Parts: sequence; structure tokens; C-alpha cells
Amino acid sequence: MSFIEFIKQPWPWYVAGPLIGLIVPTLLLIGNKTFGISSSLRHICAACIPANIPFFKYDWKKEAWNLFFVAGIAVGGFLAFWLLQNPEPMQVNPKLAAELSQYGIDDYSKLVPIQLFNWESLFSVKGLLLMVGGGFLVGFGTRYAGGCTSGHAIMGLSNLQVPSLVATISFMVGGFIMANLLLPFLLNL
Amino acid sequence: MESKEIVQEVELEKKHHKFLEQNTDFEMRSLDSVCFNESELKHPWWYNLKYAAVGLLFGIVFVKAEIISWFRIQEMFRLQSFHMYGVIGSAVVVGLISVLIIKKFKIKTIYGEPIEFVDKKFNKGQIYGGLLFGLGWAITGACPGPLFAQIGSGATAVIVTLLSAIAGTWVYGKIRERLPH
Repeated sequence: MSFIEFIKQPWPWYVAGPLIGLIVPTLLLIGNKTFGISSSLRHICAACIPANIPFFKYDWKKEAWNLFFVAGIAVGGFLAFWLLQNPEPMQVNPKLAAELSQYGIDDYSKLVPIQLFNWESLFSVKGLLLMVGGGFLVGFGTRYAGGCTSGHAIMGLSNLQVPSLVATISFMVGGFIMANLLLPFLLNL
Repeated sequence: MESKEIVQEVELEKKHHKFLEQNTDFEMRSLDSVCFNESELKHPWWYNLKYAAVGLLFGIVFVKAEIISWFRIQEMFRLQSFHMYGVIGSAVVVGLISVLIIKKFKIKTIYGEPIEFVDKKFNKGQIYGGLLFGLGWAITGACPGPLFAQIGSGATAVIVTLLSAIAGTWVYGKIRERLPH
């Protein structure tokens, strides 16, 4: 197996997790930045549509590093997908596959179920709820909570912050409720 | 010679503390210290390219470890796979050890600035907002970082999800005063 074939396989958690953990000291050491991604959404608001709202009236240019960071994430996603893509379909837990097949989801060729998230489905109630509704909750919720998985769960817990633990537990509770109780209803629409 | 260095160091520390104290207009210290800018140094814009480089590596890990996968997130919230717990758990362990080392040895940035940590204060938003984000996370299969990587990896329709997330952030800013914190 060549090196390229080797890294094209899905990376196990014990490789990915520590690499993500290393972003915490890297950002601190190269410029005193605390790891956090959801703030980028706020900076985009402050830059594009501040509308005289106090929450968006600050010098977003001072936070431009965060926008460079997320732009890098998008380019990294692009490179990994086009150069290092795993040719095999995703392997998921058979229980999940059985459940999803009830909703007509059986395409595992991409990381995102393209049967749910595509341009055409935007014209359906289900697609609107999943893409527009879901996105809205992500943006509203992360800012209300003051951070997301990176800012609270990884950076906050790394610095032993109790509020971040509260936030992380809330993320998980919300996720469990949606995935197990509400999402089956949405996917049946 | 040595004492001169120490004096310089103390001065630097004092200056930094003053900066931290004065920077309250941002309101970040209490509610949202995550995007509080700790560095007082001014650099040309291209210094930011190093953050883009870190982001790029991060994006590759996101895709290769299938962290941006909607399916992996569904498995996580159904307790059907250890993968995401392993990723987040080991990331926290490595982050925790790194922060401890930085604090213990008072390691400075590559520009010689002291690294300081701002404590987060508890507010109810962490519960209400956290629950709302959790609901959205399970729907979209993505937290904000993976949204960017999903778009990069060819799921172009996720641009709509990202725009909606920006709208959500904006609405939060708009009605923030009326929400319980």
C-alpha cells in the first residue's frame, strides 16, 4: 500500500483527536488566539450587516485572523476531498443504516447525505427545515451559548472552565433530543 | 543584564494586563470571551495567513476523520459509535495537557507576548443557547467549523445552511437584550 493510499483511508479517532487538540496550543503560541470557530459568524455579521446593533459594533478587523482560519478550513476540506478522498462509501453502524433506509436515505457516497442536503430539496418543506432551520439553530444557539464545540467543548474544557462544561452538556442534551425524538418526525415529512 | 530583562518582562506583563482591563467595550469578557482578542500586537494582514494554514490542516483532518459527516454525528447522538467521543475526548486531553504546560512554564508566544487565559463566567445562555445549538447540530450534522469544511468538500448546498447560521447569529445579536442570560 502506497503512502497516498494509506492516508486516503478514514483516519481513526486517536489520530484526528490529538491533532485537533494540538490546535489549542498552536493558536496560543502563534498569536495568543483562543480556539473558537462560531465567532467567525459574528465577525461576518459585524463586517457585512452590523445594522447599528451594539452586539456587532466592534472592530471586526482585529478579529480577522478568525476569518482567515475558517477560510483555511474550507480550503482544507476542498483539498482533502479532491486529493485524498476515500473511494469507498462510508461505513456506518447497521442500526443507523436500517433506520435511515426507512426515510429513503441509502446514499453513503458522500460524507453528507446528498439525498437530504441538495439545492433541489430547498424547495421542499423538509429541505427547508433541515437546511435553513438547522443552520439558524446552529448560528443562534452557538452565539447565545457563547461558543461551539471548538470554543466550549475543546478550548473551554482544556482550560477547565465550568461554564464550558455546562454548555457542552447542553449541546449533547439538545443533540440527543433532536436525533432520537424530533428528527425521525422531520425525516418522515 | 539579567535584572534588566526581568524589569522588561514585568513591564510587558503590566502593559498586557492594562490592555486586558481596558478592552471591555467588546462585552466579551463575561458573555463571550471566546472571540476576545488577547494579542495587542499589530501586524500586517498577511500575518493572518498562518491562521489560514492552521485552518487548512484542520479542514483536512475534519474530512479525513469524517468529523464533518452527518452520519457520524447521527451515530454519536444515538450512541452507535465511539468515533466522535474518541475524537472530542482525545482532543480535550491533548488541549488540557498543552494548556497546563503553557501555564506551568509560562511559555510565551512566538512574538514574546505572555499567554493569558480569561475565565468564562456562567450565564443561562450556555444552557438555553447550548440546547438550541445541540438541536441544530443533530439536524445539520455540523457545528460551525464543519459547515465550512462541508462546503469545501463539495456539498455546495450547505452554503444555504451557513447563510442561515449567519442569519441566526444576527437575529441573536438583534434580540439579545430581551433574552434571559
